[in-house]
Amino acid sequence: MLAVLVGLPLLMAVVAAVIPWYRVRSWLLAVTGLVHVVLAGLLVIHPLRAAPPGAWVGLDALSTLVLLVTSLLFLGCAIYAVPYLDLRRDRGNRMIVPCLLVFLSVMTLAVIARHLGVLWFAVESTTIASAPLIYYNRNALSIEATWKYLLLCSVGIALAMLGIMFIGYSALGLESHVSLQLDDLLRQGPQLSRPWLHTGFVFLLVGFGAKVGLAPLHSWKPDAYGEAPGLVGALLSGGLTSVAFLAVLRSVQIMAAAGDVAMARQALLGMGLLSLVLAAVFMVRQPDLKRMLAYSSVEHMGILAIGVAIGGLATFGAMLHLVNNALTKGCLFLSAGNIQRTFASKKLSTVHGAMTVLPVSGALFMAGFLAITGAPPFGPFLSEFTILRGIVAADRPGVLAVVLIALATVFIGMGSTVLAATQGEPGEPTLRGQDRFLLTAPPLVMLLAVLMLGLYIPPPLRDLLQSAADLLEAKP
Amino acid sequence: MYGVTNLLLIAVILINFFTLGSSRLNSCIRAVAAQGALLALIPLAAHGLTFHTVVLGVGAFALKGVLIPWVLLRALRQMRLRRESGPLIGYIPTMVLGALITSAAFIFADFLPLRPEHRGGLFIPTSLATLFVGFLLLMTRRDAVSQVLGYLVLENGIFVFGTLLAEAMPLMVEAGVLLDLLVGVFIMGIVMDQIQREFSTLNTERLSALKG
Amino acid sequence: MIVTTLLRLVLLLAFAPLMLGVIARTKAAFAGRQGAPVLQPYWDLGRLWRKGIVVSRTTTWIFWAGPVVAVTVPVVASLLLPMGALAAPLSFEGDVILFVYLFALARFFTAAAALDTGSSFEGMGAAREVTFACLAEPTLLLGFVVLARLADGLTLNALLGAHLAAAWGSSGASLALIVVCLMVVLLVENARIPFDDPNTHLELTMIHEVMVLDHSGPLLGLIQYGAALKLMVLGAVIMRMVLPVDTGNLWLDAGIFLGGQFVLAVVIGTIESVMARLRLARVPQILVGTTLVAVFAVVLVLR
Repeated sequence: MLAVLVGLPLLMAVVAAVIPWYRVRSWLLAVTGLVHVVLAGLLVIHPLRAAPPGAWVGLDALSTLVLLVTSLLFLGCAIYAVPYLDLRRDRGNRMIVPCLLVFLSVMTLAVIARHLGVLWFAVESTTIASAPLIYYNRNALSIEATWKYLLLCSVGIALAMLGIMFIGYSALGLESHVSLQLDDLLRQGPQLSRPWLHTGFVFLLVGFGAKVGLAPLHSWKPDAYGEAPGLVGALLSGGLTSVAFLAVLRSVQIMAAAGDVAMARQALLGMGLLSLVLAAVFMVRQPDLKRMLAYSSVEHMGILAIGVAIGGLATFGAMLHLVNNALTKGCLFLSAGNIQRTFASKKLSTVHGAMTVLPVSGALFMAGFLAITGAPPFGPFLSEFTILRGIVAADRPGVLAVVLIALATVFIGMGSTVLAATQGEPGEPTLRGQDRFLLTAPPLVMLLAVLMLGLYIPPPLRDLLQSAADLLEAKP
Repeated sequence: MYGVTNLLLIAVILINFFTLGSSRLNSCIRAVAAQGALLALIPLAAHGLTFHTVVLGVGAFALKGVLIPWVLLRALRQMRLRRESGPLIGYIPTMVLGALITSAAFIFADFLPLRPEHRGGLFIPTSLATLFVGFLLLMTRRDAVSQVLGYLVLENGIFVFGTLLAEAMPLMVEAGVLLDLLVGVFIMGIVMDQIQREFSTLNTERLSALKG
Repeated sequence: MIVTTLLRLVLLLAFAPLMLGVIARTKAAFAGRQGAPVLQPYWDLGRLWRKGIVVSRTTTWIFWAGPVVAVTVPVVASLLLPMGALAAPLSFEGDVILFVYLFALARFFTAAAALDTGSSFEGMGAAREVTFACLAEPTLLLGFVVLARLADGLTLNALLGAHLAAAWGSSGASLALIVVCLMVVLLVENARIPFDDPNTHLELTMIHEVMVLDHSGPLLGLIQYGAALKLMVLGAVIMRMVLPVDTGNLWLDAGIFLGGQFVLAVVIGTIESVMARLRLARVPQILVGTTLVAVFAVVLVLR
C-alpha cells in the first residue's frame, strides 16, 4: 500500500515524460492526485497493521496527518494545474508535470520514512524535484531564486546529514550494529551519548529548519515563493514545509525519547520566535504579494515551532495549525496566482481593485488573508487560539506578549497590502479578468475546508491530532 | 591498513588547501574529483573488503570521482570559462583561514567526547576540517562553479564522518544519497548554464535583484 | 673522524656540479634530445675560470664578496649537516638555527652585490629573491620543528639521525608533508622551475639569474659553483629524510648518499620537464600554501 503511494506518482512521472499529448499529460496530474488522495484516505479509515519495528517505512499518527494534508493539497493544485497549463502553453508541461509528480512521490516517501537515512534522501530529493518547478518561468529573477534555493537548501540538508551522522555516533557501541531506524533510536534513547545527541539535534534543526524556512535560514523562501508559479508556491508553502517540519519533529521525538525534550523545545522556541518577529517586520509595507505570502509562511512555521516548543495543549494546537496553514496557504497562493496572471504583475504598484477585476479570485484572496491572520471563524483562529491558550497554561507571559504583538503587526502589515490590492479601482479600467471554474474551485474548496475546521473538527481528525501530539510529548 | 587510511585522509586535507588556493576552475574541479576518488577508497582501507565497502567504494568512486566532475567540466566547457572571478578576500587570506580552520579542527577534535577507538585518529579532524573548508569556499567564492565545488567539499567532509559509522547507512540509502548528489549537481549545472546565458557571467554577486 | 670529514668534503666539492649535469640530462631526455654530456657543468666552470673579469667602476668590495660568500656558506653549512649517514664533524645544540641563517647570510651578500652594481634590473631581481626567500624560510624552520619533535636533541646530527626510519612508521604523514614542503623550498632556493628558470633570457622574468648579470669570468664561476653546492647541501637534508639508512660502512654510506643525490637530481629534472613556470604573482601564493602545509604538519606531530 505504502509502496503504491510512493511508486504510483513516480510511474506516472515516467509516463508523463514519455507521452506526447499535452492535455493528457495535464490530466494525468489530476488523476494521480485523486488516486493518491483516495489511497491516503483509505489508509486513514483502515489503518495498516502497525509496521514491524525496524521497517524503513511506516505510518504513525504524525505521518498520517501530514500525508493527508500533503495529498489533499496536491490534489487541489493538480486540478488547478489543468487549466493553468492550458494557459501556459508557451512554457510547455513536459518538464513541470513529471517534476510535480516526482515531487509528490518523494514528499510521500519523506512522510512515511521511519529511517533517518531514507528521510534524508527523500527530503533532499524534494529540493531537487522542486528546483525545476521554481525555475518554471525562466527569467532572470526565477534563475536567481532557483540558484539561491538550490544552494541554501542543499547545504542545509547536508548539515542535516551531519546531524544524522552525529546521532548515529551517539548510538555507537550500544548495540552490535548502529541503526538509524527511528524505532531503534527511540528505544535506545536514554542510553544515547548526550553530547553527540545534542549536537546532532542542533544540526538536524538547522538542516531541516532551512527547508522549513525557520529564521534565520528563511532567506530562500521569499525569492523562491515569489518567483515560482502560484501552484508551485502553494505546494511548497503548504506541502513541503509541512513535510520538512515533520522531519524536524522526528528529531524532537528522538530528543524526547532520550529525556532531553527541554533542550529541543528551547531551541525550537528560539527559532520560532525569531521567525515570527522577522516575518512580521518584513511583512509591513511589503509591496510584493507573493513575497508577502512567503513571509507569512515563515511566520506560520514560527508559530508551529512555538506550539511544539511550549508543549501540552499548544502541541495539539500546532498539529491543527499545520493542517490549517497548509490549506489556507494553498488557497492564498492559487488565488494570488490568478491575480498575478490577470494583472501581469504581483507588485502593489500595479495591482489594484482585484475584487472588481476578478470577483471570485479577489474575494478568495481577501478571505484567505482573513483566515491566515487568524480572524474567526476560520480554522487558523481556532488553532492559533489553542496555541495561545497553551502558552498561557504553560505560564510563559513573555512568549505570549511577543507572539501577540507579532500577530497584530502581521495583521496590520498584511492587511494594508491585501486591501490595497483587492479594493479600489483597477489602474486600467479596461482590464477585465476572467474567473475560470477550475482555476477558482480548488482554492474555494480549500477555503471552505478551513472554514469548516474553524467551526467543527470531526472526531476522527481530533483523535488523529491528539495522538500525533502525544507522540511529541516526553515519555514518563 | 591504518597507515593507508591516514595517508588518504592527509591527502584529502592537502586537496582542501589546493582548492582554496587555486584560481583555475579546471584544476579545482579535478582536485575535488581526486578528493572524491580518494574518499571512495577510505571505507575499503578502514573496514577491509566486505560487500558493503566494495559497493560503496565503487559507487562513490564512480559518482564523486568521475561522473560529477564530468558534469561540471562539461558545463565549464560549454560556458568557455577558465578562471574564476576570484574570492572575496583574496587567495592568501582564504588559505590562511583554511589552515587556521584545519588546525582548529585538529585541536577541537581532541576535546570531543570520542569513543576510545577514535581518539587521536585523523577521521574526525579531517571530517571537520573538510566540512569547514567547504563552507569557506561557499562563502568566499563569487562564481557559481566554485560554490558548487564548496558544496561538494562539504559533502566530502560528511562522507568522511560517515565512514566511521561503518554500516549504519544501509547500502540502498547510501546509493540514494549519492544519487541525490549527482542529480543535484546536474541540476545546479543546468542552472549555472542559464545564469551564464542570462547574465553573461557566473559571478553570483550579480544575482541580487530579489530583496526585501 | 678525519677520514670521514675529508671524504665528506670531497663528495661535496667534487660531485656537486654533477647534479646540475644530471638535471640537464634528464630534461634533455624528456625533450627527446641527446643533451650535453653529464660533465658539462665542470667544463663550464673551467671555461669561466680561465676568462678575465670585467668589473663596473661603480662597484665596491661587496661586489667581490658576494660570489665568495656564495661558495663559502654552503661549505661551512655542510660541516653542520650529516651527509647521508656520514655524521657532521661540527655539531652543537641549536646548530639548526645557524644552518638556516647561514643561507640567509649568503642571500644577503648576493642581494647586496646585486644592488651594488646600481643596475635597475639587478635591484629588481634582488627584491624578488629576498621576497621569495622570506616566504620560504618559515617552511624550512617549521620542517625542522617537526624533525625536532621527533628527535631527542637540537643538533642537525640528532634531527637527521637513524631514528627517522622508525619515525616514518609512527608519523609518516607529517614527514611526507615536510619532504614535499622542503622540496618546494629547494626549488625556490635554487631558482629552479616552476619558480624560476635558470635558462631564461628575459630580464623581466628572471629572479636569481638577473642578480648575477654583472658578474663575469671566475666570479660568475664561483656563483655557479656555489649554487651547485647549495643544491647538494639542501638536497642532503631531503634525501636523509627519505633515505635514513645507516650501514656502518663508510664507503657504502657514501655510495648511498651519492645515489640519493643522483635520484634527487633526476626528480628535479622531471619536475622541471613536466611543469610550466608559474606566473610571478602565483609564487608567493604557493609559498604561503607550503608554509601552511608545514604548519599543518607541525600540528599533526604535536597532537
